[in-house]
Amino acid sequence: MKPSPFTYHRPGTTEAAVGLLTELGTDAKVLAGGQSLVPLLNMRLAAPPHLVDINQLQELNYVRATGTSPDGAGPAVVVGAAARHADVERDPAAHQALPLLRRALRHVAHPTIRNRGTTVGSIVHADPAGEMTAVLALLDGSVELRSANGSRRVGAADFFVGPLESAAEPGELAVSATFPVPPGQTGTAWLEVARRHGDYAVCGVGALVTVDADHRVVGARAAYISVDTTPVVLDLLDAVGTGPADTADWSAAGRLAASTLRPDADIHATAEYRRHLAAVLTGRALTAAALDARGRGVNHHTGETEETA
Amino acid sequence: MTDIPADEPLHEVTVVVNGVPRAAAVPARRLLSDFLRHDLGLTGTHVGCEHGVCGACTVLVDGRPIRSCLQFAVMHDGAQVTTVEGCSSGDGGLGPVQQAFRDCHGLQCGFCTPGFVTTITAYLDENPQPSEDEAREAIAGNLCRCTGYQNIVASVLRAAELRGSTGEVAQ
Ligand SMILES: Cc1cc2nc3c(=O)[nH]c(=O)nc-3n(C[C@H](O)[C@H](O)[C@H](O)COP(=O)(O)OP(=O)(O)OC[C@H]3O[C@@H](n4cnc5c(N)ncnc54)[C@H](O)[C@@H]3O)c2cc1C
Ligand code: FES
Ligand code: FES
Repeated sequence: MKPSPFTYHRPGTTEAAVGLLTELGTDAKVLAGGQSLVPLLNMRLAAPPHLVDINQLQELNYVRATGTSPDGAGPAVVVGAAARHADVERDPAAHQALPLLRRALRHVAHPTIRNRGTTVGSIVHADPAGEMTAVLALLDGSVELRSANGSRRVGAADFFVGPLESAAEPGELAVSATFPVPPGQTGTAWLEVARRHGDYAVCGVGALVTVDADHRVVGARAAYISVDTTPVVLDLLDAVGTGPADTADWSAAGRLAASTLRPDADIHATAEYRRHLAAVLTGRALTAAALDARGRGVNHHTGETEETA
Repeated sequence: MTDIPADEPLHEVTVVVNGVPRAAAVPARRLLSDFLRHDLGLTGTHVGCEHGVCGACTVLVDGRPIRSCLQFAVMHDGAQVTTVEGCSSGDGGLGPVQQAFRDCHGLQCGFCTPGFVTTITAYLDENPQPSEDEAREAIAGNLCRCTGYQNIVASVLRAAELRGSTGEVAQ
């Protein structure tokens, strides 16, 4: 058999799962979709003595588009720990509220992997190439962590600690992730370059552009994967300026991003190539997001906007 | 199985495979792929990479394709599983996807084929009339080292035709 032996637990309630995790501490790992953990077990790169399976926790199997997020702020999409990437991708209300989720999820592996992998699991896994980590960071979202000693909410800026390292401590269960809907007339886009479609990105960019009623730029931000050990968010408004969105110099934002980011080289790409991709993709993603912002203004209630990537 | 240490605890796992309830006592670390092949003798499901990349081990669990090499059998106690053996037609002959692979020369060595057949079977339930681009996208998560994919794309389109003509598609 591939993995080394472990004791399998299948708690029936979130409370029981949290109790077990807190009791077992560093001896236990959460088993969610298994799409990152099981390869590590099969290759014996990890050998936790206990696995706590959360797949049958129906109370955590939800995707909710709400008017008020759990942290008391505005509208948000809240994803429970047992919801699959595919559930988030297909949820019509989540797509209407936050089209960026579906746009980015289409780049997460292949549909077969998304049928099983969970969105919260991929955030906790904190892969520097994981799309949903950057989406959470770009939207300034948060993760709710629960242990037998209580619960806490950690914002994206503090959640991603290093490569494959998040703020979730042994003994804690991430019960949900909250993706706030950005205020104002805001458009989004996700673009990435991967060696083959479905592979982890060599560089990926999520963009967010906010315009005012006259379609002048009032916000421009981008989040990056595969260029650092954690997702990086850059505010690019200064490079673009607050002129009309239609004539904005989005490539200036790309140049700023390229000179700010400090990617590493690996077998897939040199640091220089990654910086080049970041520049080009930033310009394109911001352009697409600005177009999307216009669409969102017009179609605010019909929801469907043109897919961007 | 001889590979289980005597002191390793076993779990009784029952799975409805291709409509038939099947049970075996296995350790928690038994992969669903190995459960099907070793414990149930259903060797149609193939195992290539065992880390989720190749797609040869794809089976349907409750109708959705998943990688059986990235799941433990014990997680799926009580589930409905469809393997390539279950993608045949009602009378035991070739199902529409299998027939299409035969018609279009969609396989050479055949190692990857079970994963393609299960993936495409589920895909056509969702999208009964794919375009060529959609057909290519539908199989993008499965690797084949022989065919160059052209004939597999053709097989997806042919299977859609066959399903349409045999009335397997609900209108
Ligand atoms: C071939 C392949 C290609 C892939 N490509 C991509 C890609 O392009 N982009 C991408 O983002 N991902 C990709 N993935 C990974 C995929 O998105 C995973 O599903 C995801 O990273 C982990 O989610 P999971 O539910 O499978 O978690 P698991 O594998 O079950 O767990 C991953 C880790 O997170 C922990 N964990 C999970 N859930 C919780 C929780 N609720 N609370 C506390 N800890 C938890 C586990 O203990 C474990 O350490 C790929 C996977 C494969 C096999
Ligand atoms: S054997 Fe499961 S994906 Fe390759
Ligand atoms: S037919 Fe040989 S790998 Fe696909």
